[in-house]
Amino acid sequence: MTQVTVKRLWKQFGGQVVLENVNLHVDDHEFVTIVGASGCGKTTFLRMLLGVEAPSRGEFLIDGQALPSEPGPDRGIVFQRYSLFPHLSVRQNLLLGLELRGSPLLGRLFGARRRRALERADELLDAVGLQGAADKYPQQLSGGMQQRLSIAQSVICEPKILLLDEPFGALDPGITADMHTLIIKLWNMNKMTIFMVTHDLQESFELGTRLLVFDKVRVDPQAPDAFGATITFNIPLKGQRAPIERLRGADPSPAQPDSADGP
Amino acid sequence: MRRLINQQPGRGGALALRALPFIVLIAAYLFCSHARLTANPGDKLLPAPATIAAAIHRFALEEDERSGEYLLWNDTGASLERLLAALAVSALIGIVLGVGIGVLPYVRVTLAPLLAVVSLIPPLAILPILFIVVGLGETAKITLIIIGVAPVIARDLAMRAQELPGEQIIKAQTLGASSWQLVLRVVLPQMWPRLVDSLRLTLGSAWLFLIAAEAIASTEGLGYRIFLVRRYLAMDVILPYVAWITLLAFTMDGVLRLLRAKAFPWAKAGGS
Repeated sequence: MTQVTVKRLWKQFGGQVVLENVNLHVDDHEFVTIVGASGCGKTTFLRMLLGVEAPSRGEFLIDGQALPSEPGPDRGIVFQRYSLFPHLSVRQNLLLGLELRGSPLLGRLFGARRRRALERADELLDAVGLQGAADKYPQQLSGGMQQRLSIAQSVICEPKILLLDEPFGALDPGITADMHTLIIKLWNMNKMTIFMVTHDLQESFELGTRLLVFDKVRVDPQAPDAFGATITFNIPLKGQRAPIERLRGADPSPAQPDSADGP
Repeated sequence: MRRLINQQPGRGGALALRALPFIVLIAAYLFCSHARLTANPGDKLLPAPATIAAAIHRFALEEDERSGEYLLWNDTGASLERLLAALAVSALIGIVLGVGIGVLPYVRVTLAPLLAVVSLIPPLAILPILFIVVGLGETAKITLIIIGVAPVIARDLAMRAQELPGEQIIKAQTLGASSWQLVLRVVLPQMWPRLVDSLRLTLGSAWLFLIAAEAIASTEGLGYRIFLVRRYLAMDVILPYVAWITLLAFTMDGVLRLLRAKAFPWAKAGGS
């Protein structure tokens, strides 16, 4: 069970308020999609979940515990790009998470443990359709294949939460549909909670079980930095491919956002 | 007519063009040498090819009358030993300092300013200090090269390590990497080809420091020999020695380039 609770969260950089009074409750195995105009704090929110940024005020809790102040294996991340290791082949990229976990000193596995890890990696390679490219280096892959690898690389560590920062933003529209199918498949296989920042409104409705819209409620034209964005819409969605119970079970969260709950 | 920037020489043409400057240089030498020797058969400045060949034969293929050694090979061995020892130590210092500074903020804050200062000290200016402190032996010469080369490699690698995309470092942490594992599996492997690049770039200054040190205090070595025979205006020895040093440096550069291409196929080659 993974529950994410955000209470009265503020984030500011110097005098610039990025996020203000964000309240949120996300249940286990939700697929949260986040949309909003550029510069409205979506990515900052994601980076706080990741542990790279700390909240200025308020609470950010995972399962009732304060968020660790650095990235860890319980929260996977897929960036738009640059998150693969160029010196490792596709299979080694995938293996890395298992090796790091299994061998604190050398970061490498040997013998039977390595064989078991390789089996795991090859299973997942099949699942994401990269079995034919196992021995290539990341820069020899197309953008879509790179993102599939990056997702698989995170999923192999079985994170409780998977964060996706515009993962398909740089891909061709044709490939994006395949990626949607893949991410839903992995989401159901691993029972993780997903937070996905996206620019694509249609994508956010199609994939999500909950859609968050970040926007500024207050704007002072004289001081554009004085007020931050917050969650203006928190919309429970059916989630096109999600189990139907989620629709009924999508009860309003305990910590209600102070603004509208969607249409 | 296509633009000049879009015009490429063909294969044969490229080969001829590559050879052309060398041929011109050699022809110019032969012409000038001939002209001077015609005017004054005793001229030592631009010796004739035959004189040079005789000198090469004397230094490379005949035992020295006094020491019974083949001087060219003896000098080459002594110089390469110093150079390779110094480069090995410099590479080690460079990678340890560079990765430390690039990855760990505490190390960066503590050592980066010192390294910046040290790398700006002209190494030749502290050569006297080295001679005073560690004596005139091998240590001083090797240390001089290390002082000249190691800070440059360390700074270069520190910058390269900091250039690694932040996404990669964060991703590795979400895969459970500790600081040590991050260095071992993510940073170091990506620094090896950069280290080779760095060594290639510093090879020139390493030779410079080697020859300077040998010229001042040594009893054997390529730099020692050149400065020794200078007293007799022995251009017939100096010229082949310089060519030989150049060839050695060129070969080392080529070996490093091949090593990089073979050992790190994932890293795109930078420069030629």
